[in-house]
Amino acid sequence: MAESVSQVVAQMPRGRFAGLLFLFLGPAVAIYSLFSIYPLIATMGLATYTSDNTGALHYVGLANFQTLLGDALWSKPFWNAFSNNMIFFAVHMLVQNPIGIALAGLLSLPGLRFKGFYRTVIFLPTMLSVVIVGFSWNLILSPLWGVAEGALKSVGLGSLFAPWLGLESTALITLALISVWQFVGIPLMLIYAALLNIPDELIDAARVDGLGHFRIFLHVKLPLILPTIGLISVLTFVGNFNAFDLVYSVKGALAGPNFASDILGTFFYRTFFGNQLQLGNPTMGAAVATVMFFIILVGVCVYLFIAQRRMRRYTF
Amino acid sequence: MPLELRARAAAVHLVLIAYSALAVGPILLVAMNSFKARNAIFGSPLAPPNASTFSLIGYQKVFRASHILTYFSNSMIVTLVSMALVLLFGAMAAWALTEYRFRGSTPLALFLSIGIMVPIRLGSVAILSMMRNAGLNDTLTALILVYVAQGLPMSIFILSEFIQQIPKDLRDAARCDGVPETRIFFEVIAPLLRPAIATVAVFTIVPIWNDLWFPLILTSSDSTHTITLGVQQFLGQYITDWNSVLAALSMAILPVVAIYVIFSRQLIAGLTSGAVK
Repeated sequence: MAESVSQVVAQMPRGRFAGLLFLFLGPAVAIYSLFSIYPLIATMGLATYTSDNTGALHYVGLANFQTLLGDALWSKPFWNAFSNNMIFFAVHMLVQNPIGIALAGLLSLPGLRFKGFYRTVIFLPTMLSVVIVGFSWNLILSPLWGVAEGALKSVGLGSLFAPWLGLESTALITLALISVWQFVGIPLMLIYAALLNIPDELIDAARVDGLGHFRIFLHVKLPLILPTIGLISVLTFVGNFNAFDLVYSVKGALAGPNFASDILGTFFYRTFFGNQLQLGNPTMGAAVATVMFFIILVGVCVYLFIAQRRMRRYTF
Repeated sequence: MPLELRARAAAVHLVLIAYSALAVGPILLVAMNSFKARNAIFGSPLAPPNASTFSLIGYQKVFRASHILTYFSNSMIVTLVSMALVLLFGAMAAWALTEYRFRGSTPLALFLSIGIMVPIRLGSVAILSMMRNAGLNDTLTALILVYVAQGLPMSIFILSEFIQQIPKDLRDAARCDGVPETRIFFEVIAPLLRPAIATVAVFTIVPIWNDLWFPLILTSSDSTHTITLGVQQFLGQYITDWNSVLAALSMAILPVVAIYVIFSRQLIAGLTSGAVK
């Protein structure tokens, strides 16, 4: 049957087949190439230029990268943003993904009631704008309003309260946890879908062998969803190293206090667009974007390497 | 044994209820307090508004002091036009890539999937200068073009998986009847892709509505701000006016929540259908 299909298409005159491909693929390829791939390449190209006072561009090779990584004026904020970004990512990996996996495990228990309700409610924050989420938490954690403090006091932990978003030592972790709160729905849903795809026979076999729910999850289900966990890890990595909105809307472009919550996204924005302290510098901005591109590329390559080497996809 | 099972079920529900409360609590708190007078917001933040504390002063201020309706309609235009184009061009490309065999189809598919992993934001410097040169700076068209380019890779990926699941017999029958390929796509295949819209929406449309970055970079006047940027700037300006801040936040939250609650069944079915494994 499949043969006859390809014959109808294969017998089409060459010109008409090419026209058909052009019609179907043309718009998508054109818009994507022009507004996604070309700007990426052009940005990398621009990173090898510098502009003088008149705005004219001069080719400088890799000098912008030498400045960015070698000149303390640039390299200090860059490495600060980079290590903050690593911490931001680590919090997501250590908090968001385990919570997502645990909730998905609970939701996929057989015979659980109100499943739909829980899924809908827990996924809700993921649908909201980061700006809205950031501001809402800003109010809730504000000592002015005192809601968070009141909530802690009611369980006898009032002394633990501090203006977390305002302190240099806690601002970054607090922002990361707000982001975790918002995006836990994504690992939850992807893991949940993967768990539903595990055939019942495997679970039944384990149960006949006398394993409880928890050990079935740990020893049977978890190894089977490793590829999904790998995918979630790389999505988290890309999302985190591209994050900007949350820090910008809660702490502004200067990512205070004293750059304690500065991540690569806000560093890129300041460099490119400027702020109270400095003028925008498109060519240095392009250099920062290029470095961010390579960081993301390394993350994706590590994932592809591990996914190819170590993770077997199980097909049933 | 039944007692133990019941205790275990109760424990599971307890955990899920606790987490659900943590997920919606902050949203409810903001929405609830936006309908209260200033004294009540600070005096009893956890109490719902009642006859004596009810106040719409925050909403009145937001309408008076900001172009919230303009922002809202800009967001609607940008999101709906982008969504239509992402779905149309994405489905057409996905169809050609999954259905037809031609030289270069694998490299082309790889080329199109770069955008799934590499964020288009990193090209912002060049995008801004392109838009300036083309005279599109500070227009909704610029936003739409960028968002379509941003959404296409993921939508092609998702729609390809859906198209592969459509039984082959359908198009074979049409082909035997001599129906041209374009009509097969638009009249046989496209209507069957309706369930995929929810999945595409979650991964490409919701991020467009919620985006702050590109409106911040590409739009500079009130008449082109989207709701996310407009609310962000309003909040920055009125940060000490708690009534207005809570009202503006609620106005940004409530439409999204309403649409989400109406379509949540389809959205979650789309998410967990295995289209994105």
